[in-house]
Amino acid sequence: MATLTVERVSKSFGKVPVLHGIDLSVADGEMIVIVGASGCGKSTLLRIVAGLERATEGRIVISGADVTRLEPAERDIAMVFQNYALYPHMSVFENMSYGLRIRGVPKPEIARRVAQAAEMLGLSGLLERRPRELSGGQRQRVAMGRAIVREPKLFLFDEPLSNLDAKLRVAMRAEIKRLQRRLGVTSLFVTHDQVEAMTLGDRLVVMNQGRAAQVATPMEIFARPADTYVAGFIGSPAMNFLPATLTEGGLGARIADGPVVRFADGPRPGMAGRSLTLGVRPEHFALGGPLPLSPDLVEPLGSETVVHGRLPSGQEITLRLPGAPPGHGTIGIGIRPEHLHVFDGKTGLRLEAEPAIQPPPRVAA
Amino acid sequence: MRRKVIFPGTALPYLLLAPQLAITAVFFFWPAGEAVWYSFLRQDAFGISTQFVGLENFQDLFADPLYLQVVRNTLVFSVSVTAIAMSVALLLAVLADRHIRGRETYRTLLIWPYAVAPAVAAVLYIFLFHPNIGLFGRALNGMGVAWDYRLNGDQAMLVVVLAAAWKQVSYNFLFFLAGLQSIPRSVLEAAAIDGARPVRRFWTVVFPLLSPTTFFLLVINLTYAFFDTFGIIDALTKGGPANATQTLIYRAYIDGRVNLDLGSSSAQSVVLMVAVMVLTLFQFRFIERKVHY
Ligand SMILES: Nc1ncnc2c1ncn2[C@@H]1O[C@H](COP(=O)(O)OP(=O)(O)OP(=O)(O)O)[C@@H](O)[C@H]1O
Ligand SMILES: [Mg+2]
Repeated sequence: MATLTVERVSKSFGKVPVLHGIDLSVADGEMIVIVGASGCGKSTLLRIVAGLERATEGRIVISGADVTRLEPAERDIAMVFQNYALYPHMSVFENMSYGLRIRGVPKPEIARRVAQAAEMLGLSGLLERRPRELSGGQRQRVAMGRAIVREPKLFLFDEPLSNLDAKLRVAMRAEIKRLQRRLGVTSLFVTHDQVEAMTLGDRLVVMNQGRAAQVATPMEIFARPADTYVAGFIGSPAMNFLPATLTEGGLGARIADGPVVRFADGPRPGMAGRSLTLGVRPEHFALGGPLPLSPDLVEPLGSETVVHGRLPSGQEITLRLPGAPPGHGTIGIGIRPEHLHVFDGKTGLRLEAEPAIQPPPRVAA
Repeated sequence: MRRKVIFPGTALPYLLLAPQLAITAVFFFWPAGEAVWYSFLRQDAFGISTQFVGLENFQDLFADPLYLQVVRNTLVFSVSVTAIAMSVALLLAVLADRHIRGRETYRTLLIWPYAVAPAVAAVLYIFLFHPNIGLFGRALNGMGVAWDYRLNGDQAMLVVVLAAAWKQVSYNFLFFLAGLQSIPRSVLEAAAIDGARPVRRFWTVVFPLLSPTTFFLLVINLTYAFFDTFGIIDALTKGGPANATQTLIYRAYIDGRVNLDLGSSSAQSVVLMVAVMVLTLFQFRFIERKVHY
């Protein structure tokens, strides 16, 4: 049982900066998912926590103890690798018990723990096999088992599901979630799959080019993305972005070459004409609005229909509509203001509504 | 991981194999057959008459105390050369594998001994170990050690072992390095996270995973020490002093070319051939079965 604190961790490989001051604090038993595009530094961050890489700056603290300078062996963590990294010359039993044998755990205790983990993971019949005699899914379980038997302070997962086929991936995802809940071990889980991230994480860290763009619960990230990167990364199909300008008094936005949308939740700060980016998720358009959309691709998915099209300005829009496809030809769409996301046009950062100025309460006579 | 190339028909593969088969036949099967034949014959001292003597050459051989001493020399020599050449190469490969950066230079420097001709290697070792002109030889004598490998049999053995091992280190190094590099980094990292310190990691993960390479090199090195060290021994000690550094291959040469005892020399060659066949069979059986991951 442990907490983890990552303090201003930066990393450069030679002259190439990869991480720029990551801060993160993980509560006991929490599952944090680190998600981001390929090459954004997810694995590097995880490997710094594991002790496999040295941070250029910053500290790693596990349960109050500074482990920044410690070897991986001294950190009492377990890691599941993308390629599983099983010991090819050892049986499943030996793979799972290796860490315990090194720590000098008594034999009966080793046997007990391995049997228990094998039972939990459905590996009981496979303990004598070598890794090469196992399927991908079974290898994945052995890697999990090797982590579990150690009863470490921290679990680290580096894309452990990405080598599995789609169906197994969903099953293992659920299994990992259940195991993590049951064992209550503080965990970091790296993935580039947003569905995995949303379903597994108590909180997510969305990384963008070596920075943590947002750290929040999945729903929070979906409902109030901190910037256009996060907004575009989480949600499928991706959010639509429309350039716009702020109207007088900050009460609404004028879409380029289009109508004005009034903000439902209150005015945004800034002068009229301030450049904005409006974010609208595909499912948050309404049919029968003022924007004429000419569809170029209609994908009926059964319970819903995805429409890709263009506005007269050339702006591409993706739309998700419940039910069957609409008829041919241009459709009029509108934005539902209560679902509008407003971002600064230059920095891409989210602009929250200013608290409305309350009129002074009238004094009762 | 075996790669298979499919040829259309059967003529082409045989055609491609033909030169190799022809060379093997002319330069191996033919002389080998002759050696087997001569090992059953005996010539008189002037080479005038030849008679069939059956297994007598072999009986004489194994009754000869000198030959038994040569067998012992060969075992000591081969085992020492193999052990030294392999352990030094493994050590260097592990160091090189760690410091990936200077690897190219390192590799180039290390491959040199392999490219050096046996005679040149021997001259180099004379410059190192000669009691009067050698670097170490003079130093040892200066320190009061009675060092002269031309007089002391054990010292002579030490020098030929070192020279022969030195020449083989580069070859072993390259294979060990390739073997080390084919071990996935993440497996070693997993072991580190599991709590294994570098030495423990080496013996429980790296070394077992290297065992196919190690085994292959073991056979190659033994074969090298048995058959390929003639040049070094001849240039350094000529089998002396007092036959202390005569190995089987060297003895076969002396009996054949110097003593002109073709029958005995042929019998010795046959013994050597049997030895190498056993080694090879052993290797095939073992590699096919156990040491593969
Ligand atoms: N050992 C290294 N030496 C130099 N650069 C490195 C090294 N390891 C990683 N990098 C660089 O650091 C950046 C981040 O790599 P990292 O592996 O953390 O990405 P990632 O987010 O895990 O990506 P992916 O989803 O593809 O696994 C990449 O640009 C990569 O090229
Ligand atoms: Mg990665």
